[in-house]
Amino acid sequence: MSEILPYEATQRRGETFSYLPPMTPDRLRKQIAYLVAQGWAPAIEHTEPEKAFSSFWYLWKLPMFGETSIERILEELEACHRANPGNHVRLLGYDNFAQSQGTAFIVYRAGANGNA
Amino acid sequence: MAKASFEAGVKDYRATYWTPDYVPLDSDLLAVFKIVPQAGVPREEAAAAVAAESSTGTWTTVWTDLLTDLDYYRGRAYRIEPVPGDATAFYAFIAYPIDLFEEGSVVNVLTSLVGNVFGFKAVRSLRLEDLRFPLAYVKTCGGPPNGIALERDRLNKYGRPLLGCTIKPKLGLSAKNYGRAVYECLRGGLDFTKDDENINSQPFMRWQHRFEFVMEAVQKAEAETGERKGHYLNVTAPTPEEMYKRAEFAKSLGAPIIMHDFLTAGFTANTGLANWCRENGMLLHIHRAMHAVLDRNPYHGIHFRVLTKCLRLSGGDHLHSGTVVGKLEGDREATIGWVDMMRESFVPENRTRGIFFDQDWGAMPGVMPVASGGIHVWHMPALTAIFGDDACFQFGGGTLGHPWGNAAGAHANRVALEACVEARNQGRPVEREGREILTEAAKHSPELAIAMETWKEIKFEFDTVDKLDAPAPSPQLASV
Repeated sequence: MSEILPYEATQRRGETFSYLPPMTPDRLRKQIAYLVAQGWAPAIEHTEPEKAFSSFWYLWKLPMFGETSIERILEELEACHRANPGNHVRLLGYDNFAQSQGTAFIVYRAGANGNA
Repeated sequence: MAKASFEAGVKDYRATYWTPDYVPLDSDLLAVFKIVPQAGVPREEAAAAVAAESSTGTWTTVWTDLLTDLDYYRGRAYRIEPVPGDATAFYAFIAYPIDLFEEGSVVNVLTSLVGNVFGFKAVRSLRLEDLRFPLAYVKTCGGPPNGIALERDRLNKYGRPLLGCTIKPKLGLSAKNYGRAVYECLRGGLDFTKDDENINSQPFMRWQHRFEFVMEAVQKAEAETGERKGHYLNVTAPTPEEMYKRAEFAKSLGAPIIMHDFLTAGFTANTGLANWCRENGMLLHIHRAMHAVLDRNPYHGIHFRVLTKCLRLSGGDHLHSGTVVGKLEGDREATIGWVDMMRESFVPENRTRGIFFDQDWGAMPGVMPVASGGIHVWHMPALTAIFGDDACFQFGGGTLGHPWGNAAGAHANRVALEACVEARNQGRPVEREGREILTEAAKHSPELAIAMETWKEIKFEFDTVDKLDAPAPSPQLASV
């Protein structure tokens, strides 16, 4: 058996997909396509990292009900990020049938090891 | 008005309780039993006897029968079907009027339906295969204290299954050493850790001490990762008073979730605890110790899908479901059948999954199935495909047995899970491409790479797993 590697000091994470390498544009597009294909309503939220533990982040504009264009959703994510450069920005999909979110993941992560 | 007169003596059950022309009412509680009758007992008589003994009947006529409207209260055997491939047994369908049962009492339903009748001499063996609870009865039960959607909102977990781990060794650790194991798992990326079912409050670790150290571990891991975490604090106790005392203490420490064993502790205790959880904003994880005593024999007992329905009515937010792929028994189609029964608002009859009746749950919240027992990273693709997002996967040995320790083991499982979810969302067939998906993910995670190396001897049957996409019932899966 190989040598034991120490598990380094715990890193801050951000729920779904935060244990994978940061999203590349191609991978991000595929996840947005999945969200749209489920019929969920895309929505964007952002927050200062120190407030990230709260249930409520700032809602960017309104959920994009009926929006199915991956380009439009990417544009809004970028717009939110440009307006709030020090913030985490996450994309979520509202599932009105389950009255929950079908998915939610951070797209722009504030800090050194993200792609923000 | 009286039309009947009293005649003492013994009548055939079927004279009163076999009614093949009866059309069940929407408000009837329906049951299907698998019956092996004693030699020489006709099927109609055996079915009628079960209907009688589980409702209004007794072995002889009694004069007090004439003081009530027994036609209204009696259970009725209304259909008989052969069991495919088994000439010794048959299915008997029985309808019970809703007023035979106290509202909101799974205890009362079971006392009637699986009471004395299971020892009845006219049948060699008897198994309650399925139950249809009328919506009118469902509405009288409290059900899951929170449900899947609320659990996701409380814990901020969306778009993926949850990950847990049962702390081992299951018995013998001190409270602080136990808390250490919890902390390592949670900081490595798990959402939950779990008390083993037989940890209650033994001399080596009293419950107060465990609760205190565990909650320190949970809160530290939450602060460090920025993610919400929990540990199922087992409040199963010798008395209800003690159970509530432990639940209150868990709440005072800020615990988001507690756990209970619903069969060994009983439905009265479970329903009471579920009500307490609803009033106190506490998630309730349900373990199922003793279930196999009741549900494993195909000829006698209670099928697990019935126990699942009873638990959903009694109340619980998580319930162990089996894994299909791990070390414990569980047929794939049958498992999907009772997993649907936990989560969906309406489940249609589907004999290929063992479901005999449509079941309408109305607005009752769903229970999250928990897949636990002998699973490790190589099973992640199949688990993701079988269970979808609304489930919790628990890797005990598959976390704690990692060569670099709990945190690395937890990390490996989290990476594997997220890689499978991402691949599924991309439209990839995760079961068939499981090896490629995990191998790609391991390039960025030495923790996952060493985990895959450690458990590679555990066969991962690509061919067999691939066949599972076909609708054929009951395939045998890769197992440990």
